[in-house]
Amino acid sequence: MSRFDVEVRIKPRPGLLDPQGKAVHHALESLGYDGVSEAKVGRLIALTVEAGSESDARDRVEEMCRKLLANPVTEDFSLRITEAPTATDGDG
Amino acid sequence: MKVAVITFPGSNCDYDCYQALKTLGGFEPEFRWHRDEKLGDVDAVLLPGGFSYGDYLRSGAIARFSPIMEAVVEFARSGGPVAGICNGFQILCESGLLPGALLPNESLLFRSYDVHIRVETVKTPFTSAYERHQVLRIPIAHGDGNFHADEETLAELEGDDRIVFRYVDADGSLTPEANPNGSAHHIAGIVNASRNVLGMMPHPERAVEPVLGSTDGAGLFTSLRRHLEGAMA
Repeated sequence: MSRFDVEVRIKPRPGLLDPQGKAVHHALESLGYDGVSEAKVGRLIALTVEAGSESDARDRVEEMCRKLLANPVTEDFSLRITEAPTATDGDG
Repeated sequence: MKVAVITFPGSNCDYDCYQALKTLGGFEPEFRWHRDEKLGDVDAVLLPGGFSYGDYLRSGAIARFSPIMEAVVEFARSGGPVAGICNGFQILCESGLLPGALLPNESLLFRSYDVHIRVETVKTPFTSAYERHQVLRIPIAHGDGNFHADEETLAELEGDDRIVFRYVDADGSLTPEANPNGSAHHIAGIVNASRNVLGMMPHPERAVEPVLGSTDGAGLFTSLRRHLEGAMA
């Protein structure tokens, strides 16, 4: 078993009204930052997962996303997976 | 008539629902805790408003995995009447018993005041005591009440007479100002395809006696009572 750090990025689906993103965009404009054509606000969920391989970790987290972490009606998700550094401090 | 009122950690309208059922009479309300695995012998289920699990992740997302929800889903699938109010509506959408989702209000503001809603169909166990197109004054109190569904689902809801309540002005007109949260098609409440599961954002249990400022919500409970009496007769 290896440990993987998985970042789950959840974003409002394209075309969906995102009032938070709109408010952030508006605030950026008021601060004088022009050239920002869009802002979307989502969530980042950081998991540490034990799995036999990277693809196992991906399969399991994708299932978690479909079941709980993202709402398929309103949100899209993407994953970024990296192998976690092995613990070397002899705590086990 | 035994009605189970489900309490989740963070529910805050469970006692309001309980009290409304007591006040209107003919019901024996009973609380069920989210950890209970059985509903027991009940005739209807109410999912009350509040902020179950602190609205963490998404409103209703974690409550739907409470042990009691398995029994609620089974009860609903076997045709038992289930009504979710406010957070209860959000839980029903998350659990897949109702289509769509409730997004943050378009204004990003928590809206807490009386609104007008129009009864769009009386062909449900929850609205038979009303007149079609009757306008009710009922309070709302929510931050995530903006009903969203894809175009296909909205067309299905419209076509199958499954939109139960819409936000309107006092005259019953669908003005943009009357929509407090940006909901698609002014939707304030819907039923599932077999019409025994209702979700609505406004709070009928807070409008059941004159001292509360409106009695327009009482019809929801008297409809349910009539439905259950009919089912037992």
